[in-house]
Amino acid sequence: MNTTTKPSGSGAQKMDVIVEAVTPLNDLVTRFDFKRANGEDFPTFSGGAHTVIEMQDGDRVRLNPYSLMSDPVQTASYSISVRRDDEGRGGSLFMHNHVKVGDRMRLSTPVNLFCLDLRAKKHIFVAGGIGITPFLGMIAQLERTQGRWELHYSGRSRALASYAEQLTRQHGSKVHIYFDDQSQTIDIDGLLSGQPLGSHLYVCGPAGMISWVLGRAADSAWPSDSVHSEEFLAPQSGEPFQVRLCQSDKTIEVGAHESLLEAIERAGVAAPYLCRGGACGQCETTVLEYDGEFQHRDHWLEDAEHASGKKIMPCVSRFVGKTLVLDR
Amino acid sequence: MSIQFNKETFRDDYSFHNSERAIKRFPFPFHEDSYMYAVNMEQHQGGPKDSVYEMRFDVDEHYVAEMQDRAQVLADDPLRCQSLPHMTLAGWDLLELIMVSKSEDYPEFFELQRDGLYWRWINKPLGIDDSFTFLDESTLPYGPMEYICRQTQGDFCVLDQRDEMLWMDAGMVTTQADWSLDFDIGMNFFEWHAPVPLAHEMGIFKRALKFLLNIQQGTPARRLNWTMTVNPLLDTSPENYHKWGIQKTSLTPENIGGKQFLRVELQTFFRLPRSNALVFPIRCYLIAFEDIVSVPKWGRRLHRVIRDLPVELATYKGFIDNRPMMLDYLSEYDDGLPTSPGVWPELDTEPSLQAV
Amino acid sequence: MSKFQFPESIKSRPVYGTLEPRGDVAYLLVADAEGAEAIYDLATAGAHVARNAHIIYLPNETGDKYTGMLQALNPAQLYIGPSYEAALSRIQRVLSNARMGLQVCLSGTEGLMGKALIEVSAAGIPHSAVQFEHSGSVARRMQCVHCKGITENVSTDPFVCSHCGLNLFVRDHYSRRLAAFQGVCIDAEDPGNVPDPVELYS
Repeated sequence: MNTTTKPSGSGAQKMDVIVEAVTPLNDLVTRFDFKRANGEDFPTFSGGAHTVIEMQDGDRVRLNPYSLMSDPVQTASYSISVRRDDEGRGGSLFMHNHVKVGDRMRLSTPVNLFCLDLRAKKHIFVAGGIGITPFLGMIAQLERTQGRWELHYSGRSRALASYAEQLTRQHGSKVHIYFDDQSQTIDIDGLLSGQPLGSHLYVCGPAGMISWVLGRAADSAWPSDSVHSEEFLAPQSGEPFQVRLCQSDKTIEVGAHESLLEAIERAGVAAPYLCRGGACGQCETTVLEYDGEFQHRDHWLEDAEHASGKKIMPCVSRFVGKTLVLDR
Repeated sequence: MSIQFNKETFRDDYSFHNSERAIKRFPFPFHEDSYMYAVNMEQHQGGPKDSVYEMRFDVDEHYVAEMQDRAQVLADDPLRCQSLPHMTLAGWDLLELIMVSKSEDYPEFFELQRDGLYWRWINKPLGIDDSFTFLDESTLPYGPMEYICRQTQGDFCVLDQRDEMLWMDAGMVTTQADWSLDFDIGMNFFEWHAPVPLAHEMGIFKRALKFLLNIQQGTPARRLNWTMTVNPLLDTSPENYHKWGIQKTSLTPENIGGKQFLRVELQTFFRLPRSNALVFPIRCYLIAFEDIVSVPKWGRRLHRVIRDLPVELATYKGFIDNRPMMLDYLSEYDDGLPTSPGVWPELDTEPSLQAV
Repeated sequence: MSKFQFPESIKSRPVYGTLEPRGDVAYLLVADAEGAEAIYDLATAGAHVARNAHIIYLPNETGDKYTGMLQALNPAQLYIGPSYEAALSRIQRVLSNARMGLQVCLSGTEGLMGKALIEVSAAGIPHSAVQFEHSGSVARRMQCVHCKGITENVSTDPFVCSHCGLNLFVRDHYSRRLAAFQGVCIDAEDPGNVPDPVELYS
């Protein structure tokens, strides 16, 4: 009792679920609806939350985070939207190609790293492509509490802009849609310059779009605490490398298409995680020894920590070189 | 399990008392013969049967009396309960968490009936039977946080989470260890802990913050904290310090056993689902020195902990002046025998007190 | 004028910097007494500041010593007022019509900066985005934790609460919401034993 203990196990708690519906929305995006295997309701959640979905792909377990996009109050089912990534490491392809109605899967309890600032006098959402998904839950939450919001959403084309039509139909003038193939772009400077004090800006989409919007907001002298973004970093493929896990006395091989965290888990070593996207800090791991170069890709560690060679976030970061020894 | 609720007071004649059962289940905070700050978090997923850790919100023999004392404190000073405007949703989250937990954990005392948003709440010990609409403040006699906290032992801090930081944006604080909600509301985690000595330098708060930011739905956590109070006084607020501070000087070698109390806070942490806020209940347990030393292991250990505590901590906890008298008393119960590790009383295995 | 160096303190105690020009955007500058010098330095460092600036200035005991200097900056709007209370509704009015991107710079005494920050925060600007520069008096605005009354311009420790009369010691614990430091009864455990007051920071 009362000794120092670490957060238990890995990630948040898990729930057994059954795939209730698989709905292709367009050439790239498919929506998945789940119900709980035990017949109970899901826990309620806050807009912007995600769940980590566990996929049993042969003898390999894939864990990918997706935003919960249903109304947080409707807890009979959970919904996610998955964009097919043909170049990716295979999680989205597995969802698209193998998951069908009636399948049993596991979801984590909701985790929110992209929450509404409830003090905001107005919420402004800027979405690119599949980055629309966290805003669907936020909008549902604000509609129930009479929150003031507007959405600026750009997609490649009318056909590929998932949920654009539905959002326009439901919310009319609060929703502004831009299609790349019609050369429509968000007038970001105009948007930023006209907002009342107390507005908060939220951005979700491709990395390039996020850095563009954040840059314009900074140039327009928006306070950094009034600007929020979420980018799910998918772990990137890279050269295979070898790692020594000191505590568990194991040497493991990290494959080209798996993350360091996945390789650690594959070796049967429990490692903490929550977001698996370089944002939450939970998987922070101490480096005991190295000879080579880190490829840090997380948003968690400070620049000085990246440079120190003493920490790594194994969910998204990799290593190239001769030796890497971790305290795990 | 049935609980006999005590008729007792936490002021004036101080008739507060612990039964044999309450002494045995007291959350003694020292797991070894010395004390220093630690983040010392563990999961709050139940605990040994009949321990204070067993249920999500422990209800004990002091429940009714504590709620009466709280009502008196709030009547005297309504600023002990405040909620910044953006925290109402978190208040509903908290109301739901407590009503669901208590009705499941203590069905003989509490009952929750839900039909969509139409809820009925029955609290038998306090004689409450209210029907209301969930998420509609106009259907309750108080705001949702105040309503449920008037029926739940312990202080409550409701922390908003923004910008990788926790903010003390709402709370009900009537049994505090010398800090003012009215003054601290709106502060961030480092600011409201600013007056605590040593721990900042030790990096305790940075580590604790990282841990707390990552507490998730369904996986609450807990830790213990402690201080000392003369008389079983719940309301040791800075607001009333000019009234109760003088009591610290009323200790004598004759009365210290019954008058000096160890005050232990069972702090728990729950993620709130709708608001993504974090609630931080701080449950206060009081025990007289004479009751502590009735457990030989605890008597030995408390003497060693108090004797070896750094001056800064004894000062911060407010008993530096009384420490010599406390040690005189406690040394009578420390025969120098070793103590077993852990916090439990071990009444069956620990040797009884040898002649000192 | 040389700047007062506040000793290092606990984490709730505000720290102050030097005002710096940011983008070519609207500025709201609120200052009292010697705080005018910080505005002057700011407008000198950024030529665009004055033409975008609404200056609210309370000379207090410095009289017209700095007013000519501020007029010479030729700001978009300049208000010189007799007290913070007199200026308050104007500050609120300016904020009610302002847009995101407004830069707020506060200079002068801790009491003035703290009180103006209450309005700025209520309008929705995060306190982390506001700039501060201290000058002039180091007297403190103190809240009595017992009666909740606020005593302005406290320059000694301990001091007597101007509302309830208790003898209070001066803590460094600071509340942005109240714009005040905390004062706590010094003789609660030994009534009447009150040390002689000493000047703050002496």
